[in-house]
Formats: sequence, C-alpha cells, structure tokens
Amino acid sequence: MKLLTHNMLTSHVKGVTKGYPLLIKATEVKVNEVDFNPKFVCRMIPKLEWSALVQAADQLGHREDLPGELVPDYEKNEDFLRKVHRVLLEVEVIEGCLQCPESGREFPISRGIPNMLLNEDEA
Amino acid sequence: MASSCRRPEHTAPPEVFYNEDEAKKYSQNSRMIEIQTQMSERAVELLSLPEGQACFLLDVGCGSGLSGDYLTEEGHYWVGVDISSAMLDVALDREVEGDLLLGDMGQGMPFRPGTFDGCISISALQWLCNADKRSHSPPKRLYTFFSTLYSSLARGSRAVFQLYPENSEQLELITSQAMRAGFSGGMVVDYPNSTKAKKFFLCLFAGGTGVLPKGLGSETSDRTVANQVQYSGQRCRFNNMKGKSVKKGRDWIMEKKDRRRRQGKNVRPDTKYTGRQRRPHF
Repeated sequence: MKLLTHNMLTSHVKGVTKGYPLLIKATEVKVNEVDFNPKFVCRMIPKLEWSALVQAADQLGHREDLPGELVPDYEKNEDFLRKVHRVLLEVEVIEGCLQCPESGREFPISRGIPNMLLNEDEA
Repeated sequence: MASSCRRPEHTAPPEVFYNEDEAKKYSQNSRMIEIQTQMSERAVELLSLPEGQACFLLDVGCGSGLSGDYLTEEGHYWVGVDISSAMLDVALDREVEGDLLLGDMGQGMPFRPGTFDGCISISALQWLCNADKRSHSPPKRLYTFFSTLYSSLARGSRAVFQLYPENSEQLELITSQAMRAGFSGGMVVDYPNSTKAKKFFLCLFAGGTGVLPKGLGSETSDRTVANQVQYSGQRCRFNNMKGKSVKKGRDWIMEKKDRRRRQGKNVRPDTKYTGRQRRPHF
C-alpha cells in the first residue's frame, strides 16, 4: 500500500464518524522505484491531508525531511516535488496493519494489500 | 462469462466463485483478457477525462487488474478494490502498478470525500444485486455503495460501470439506487441490436450536468435505452397497477363506490357529477 492510498483511506466501521487518519503499524516497508511525474504530484498535493502524510511518513521512518507545513510555491520547487513523489508513490507498506483511531479496529495488511472487509456487525 | 448456461452470480458469492482456478483464467485466457481490455477502453472513453492529464482513478472490482493495466497504459494512477483475495493475488503476481485493497463494495468505499477523478468498474456491479448472506439486502448495499462512492468522487467527475444486467427490474433497482445517492446520468448501450456484442454501461455523473454519450452501433440513437431507462419509473407506475384504474380518476371512484356498495355501506348514488372536478373558487 502506497502512502497516497493511505492518505485517502478512512475507516468505514459502523458508528465511526471521522475514522481518519488510520494509524500505520508496519512490520515490513519496501521502496519501489516509480517514474517521476511532477504534474501528477502537483495535482495531488491540494487533495492531500498534509499533516497525516508527514505523520505517516514519520512512522515509517521515510520522512525525507518533509516540512511540517506545506511550502507555499511548491509547483516550481522540483526538489520538494521529488521528495513528495518518493513518499507518496515509492514507499510501500508490505506487512503490518492499519488501526482506526476511533474504534481501535485493526485492518491487517498482507503482501501490500490492506484487508478492509468488515464483519457483519460492523457494516 | 464463465459458464455459458448459468450466470456466475447464481453459483456462489464473488469471494467464493473467484477462487484460484477462476482467477487463473483471467491471467491465461487470451479471449477473456481481450474482452476485459476492450471494455476498459470503452469505459475510460466514456469517463471523458481531460486530455493529457494524469488522473487518480478508482477501479471497483479490479480483479486481476486487467482494467488497471489499461489505465496505467493511459498514464493514470489507480486504486483497485476487490472482494476476492485469489484475484488480487493474481494481480500481485502480474505486478500491476495500482494500489490494491481487499474490500466489499456493498460495505461502502472507505475513502475521503473528493478523492478520485473518476471511477470505472468492469462486470462487477451485478454481483451486488444478490443477497449471499441473510444480513444482505441488495437495495441497501447498492445504496451504501453509491452514496459512499458519490462522496469519494470529485465534483463533476464520472463513474462508468460495465455490467451484465439480468433483467430490467435489476437494471431499474441499480439506477434508482444510484439516483437516490445523488448521481445523475443513465445507461449507454453499445450495439443494442446485437445479442453478442451488446454491452451495457451505466454512466453516472457526480454533480454537474453532463450529456449522456451515445452508444456505439446504434443508428437510431434517439431511441437508445438511455431514454428508456430514464422514464422507466413513469412507465412502471402504471404497469404496477395490474389492471386497476389510475388513482383519483372517475373510473377509480366508480370502482371504489361499487366495492363499498357490495360491502353494504351507505354510498351516495352515481350522478353525472361523480368524479368531476369542482369549479375553481377564489
């Protein structure tokens, strides 16, 4: 699971109102080279929840010295975009689990695929 | 389709039906791969994404990632959701570019509002119309799916579903739940006059007004099913009456009076004024 997906993922357990951001408890993390597309990264940055991204990257130990606050004119700052690209699309969680901050429900991740299936009483 | 005489959704729930054997077909059977790719191509065309822009898309029922391969080819980034872990394993073995999630579409899409620029789904939606467990209610699951999908899509984006509807009731159930969730749009049917090449695409708009694209191979495109489905609710209002008269009409009042007379109740006699509207008063 890439951190871009993690940034968009919420918990949908019944009764949970926000369920965001999901806590990552990773046991195995991999870095996968992906082609750099500055336009796409630029487009995704406004959609991101910046603090959640920095926090998740920090938890995985791949913060790449990202600033705590979003820099103002990031479109022209290629160095910054490369760092964001690396964190968003190249760092992948292979094994571990995601935890809902509200209900404490854990979603296991195996072979890079988070299991978001709910039990019948949670749907 | 897997078996020629029976629909796969009738044999078993999706997480059981798409086991290792079935999943293997999706990576080896060249005919299956070709059809899946063709349908994904058409679905992406119907999405009408802005030219030359990398988009973030959702693939519901991504399976082994055949449709995702096409999205990658087009330069888009995608997230795939599927309920069958065997199919996702095949996708992993094929090393697809997109991110994969194991999830049930009937339980809703677990994404933040406004995440995706579009959504495609190839031959997955009809699975939602079956109740595989006692707790499953197809209309409710469809509504949960559509309403969570609606919120996870960016305003003005589209969702295109290729599906094999079993009958018109099923089609109506799907469209009505989609409209309830806030979507607009309707069905686009490619090659409506051919039994084999006929393909149904449910084309939904999340906010904004879009013009429904025309189906392929339909010269008389004014009378595509797109129009028919939009008004099916109205037609059904009368079909459901099963020989009864339209409510509040003169015939309906006469029938009702007759019925009450038969029950021995005190009913006013029929006159030329029965069932007439009163003159307007100010």
